[in-house]
Amino acid sequence: MADDLDLFNSGVLTGEREGAVLPDRTLWESKKGGVVLVECPQRIPCNPCHTSCPTGAIRPFADINDTPKVDHSLCTGCTLCVASCPGLACFVIDLTFSGDKALFKLPYEMLPLPEKGQKVWCLNRTGDCIAEGTVENVTQPKKDRTYVIHVSAPKEVVGEFRTIRAVK
Amino acid sequence: MKSLSTEILVIGGGAAGLSAAAEAAAAGAKVLVAESDLHLGGQLVKQTHKFFGSKDEYAGTRGFKIADILLSEIDSCKENVEIHTNTTITGFYPEDGIFTAMRGEEKFFHISAKKTIVATGAQERLIPFPNNDLPGVYGAGAVQTLMNVYGVVPGKRVLMVGAGNIGLIVSYQLMQAGVEVAAVVEAAPRVGGYWVHAAKIRRMGVPILLRHSIKKAVGDQVITGAYITALNDRFEPVGEESYMDCDVICIAVGLSPTTEILSQAGCGMMYVPQLCGLVARRDRTMRTSNPDFFTAGDASGIEEASAAMVEGRIAGLSAASSLGYPTEHGKLDEYWGRLQALRSGEAGARICQGLECVLVNRWEDVSNG
Ligand SMILES: Cc1cc2nc3c(=O)[nH]c(=O)nc-3n(C[C@H](O)[C@H](O)[C@H](O)COP(=O)(O)OP(=O)(O)OC[C@H]3O[C@@H](n4cnc5c(N)ncnc54)[C@H](O)[C@@H]3O)c2cc1C
Ligand code: SF4
Ligand code: SF4
Repeated sequence: MADDLDLFNSGVLTGEREGAVLPDRTLWESKKGGVVLVECPQRIPCNPCHTSCPTGAIRPFADINDTPKVDHSLCTGCTLCVASCPGLACFVIDLTFSGDKALFKLPYEMLPLPEKGQKVWCLNRTGDCIAEGTVENVTQPKKDRTYVIHVSAPKEVVGEFRTIRAVK
Repeated sequence: MKSLSTEILVIGGGAAGLSAAAEAAAAGAKVLVAESDLHLGGQLVKQTHKFFGSKDEYAGTRGFKIADILLSEIDSCKENVEIHTNTTITGFYPEDGIFTAMRGEEKFFHISAKKTIVATGAQERLIPFPNNDLPGVYGAGAVQTLMNVYGVVPGKRVLMVGAGNIGLIVSYQLMQAGVEVAAVVEAAPRVGGYWVHAAKIRRMGVPILLRHSIKKAVGDQVITGAYITALNDRFEPVGEESYMDCDVICIAVGLSPTTEILSQAGCGMMYVPQLCGLVARRDRTMRTSNPDFFTAGDASGIEEASAAMVEGRIAGLSAASSLGYPTEHGKLDEYWGRLQALRSGEAGARICQGLECVLVNRWEDVSNG
């Protein structure tokens, strides 16, 4: 437990927490386009996830310091919050992509930009490589150089896969 | 020696100073902004990441873009604003109310002003350790300036000391510039900066070693490595030291308000740990005990650009109104509402504690300033 707390206190999500609540699995499995996962468990003065969300899936903040609350059923997987969140704490995961693969839509601000078709390493929350993925698309929803990389990867890693590294 | 005079002198052209200038000029006052640096924007111009806060403070916008937004606001009332960059205010002489200013390194002149807003920002703290005078030991601000203003990478592999927002964000920016971050060491048992900033670099494989600090730097002519050590609850080194290869040691252990001019002006000062150092006592209008001096931004307590901009607006509004310029009724309350919203989180609680010590209700009721 002490180790878990140290991990969390150094920026690694452990367990389910306020501001980092998972979508209901049945809903998640049925939603084409995917569902947002927010991992923002600390009260900070910030709300662009809510103000950028066109569907109201990220609920209005009573106090700007609140952790985000999500109504996953309203989410369309549009990735506007993914591109707007200054904490890079929003991810969209589409479980309907294929039988054994999910589509991960992850925020990315590194160079070089990966290209469609490229193989990438899937990294977990501590930067360990846990699988290989394929870049399916690269978008720039806000045209402000925060890119959203769409990567297909094995469904087993939905709970862990949070960023990519180029395969050298 | 030539001299200049103005209605409102704003010292420092960062987030707070620019907001103060924009607000005062919009109210009709003549403003002179003096900024040491070659360009305006202060810390903002180095911030390539997106900011937090609410829409009113441009949340989700990158820091350097916020500087542009403020500059265009100032441009819209430019007939009232005179800007002097590369100009440092070196001192204030209360006997005759004169500021000495230095343009570049040899041109000196005087400035006199009816009201002054001190928005001089902050200075970086450093920590002592053996060999910390070797080339390769940088403050985080210097690393950011090199990298984000001049496009120069400071080295190949960096040890970051301090996991506050600055240490975490600069680590991320180093990685964006292609520089490896060997580790972040943090003496406290948790990161001091926002958790999401820590998560960003953790998932890219950067270790954040809590309860750890630097013991000494290693190198002959330049830094080639560092010894780090674990700390106990009393921040004393425990266990074995471990060695880490690196050619840069970046120090991000905090900032202290820059307040010399306020002291010279005889403003009542107070040491407030929650605001990170010596700051001026002030009322709700950001006026200090000297009725001609106002303060705002990091110079009045280390906080964030979002709060610095609102404080700057309050100071600008109050300075203009104290000169008799009409200002919109209720604006002060609106700005305080915004500050309160920004300060109602975890970090804000500390700021509010600090403010309780320095905020006075009415100067008339304070006997000794
Ligand atoms: C790495 C980093 C990341 C940050 N991230 C965020 C963030 O995400 N969100 C956020 O809200 N805030 C952030 N901040 C904090 C924010 O940048 C500061 O709080 C804000 O810039 C303070 O504004 P200021 O105007 O008080 O000071 P500064 O921006 O420091 O401006 C002070 C100016 O005064 C000038 N000056 C000083 N003395 C003199 C003198 N004697 N004569 C003339 N000029 C002088 C200086 O050159 C400087 O330009 C970050 C800061 C850093 C370092
Ligand atoms: S992905 Fe789109 S719909 Fe879903 S929460 Fe984010 S912004 Fe809202
Ligand atoms: S925008 Fe991102 S960092 Fe800000 S509250 Fe929302 S999820 Fe958290």
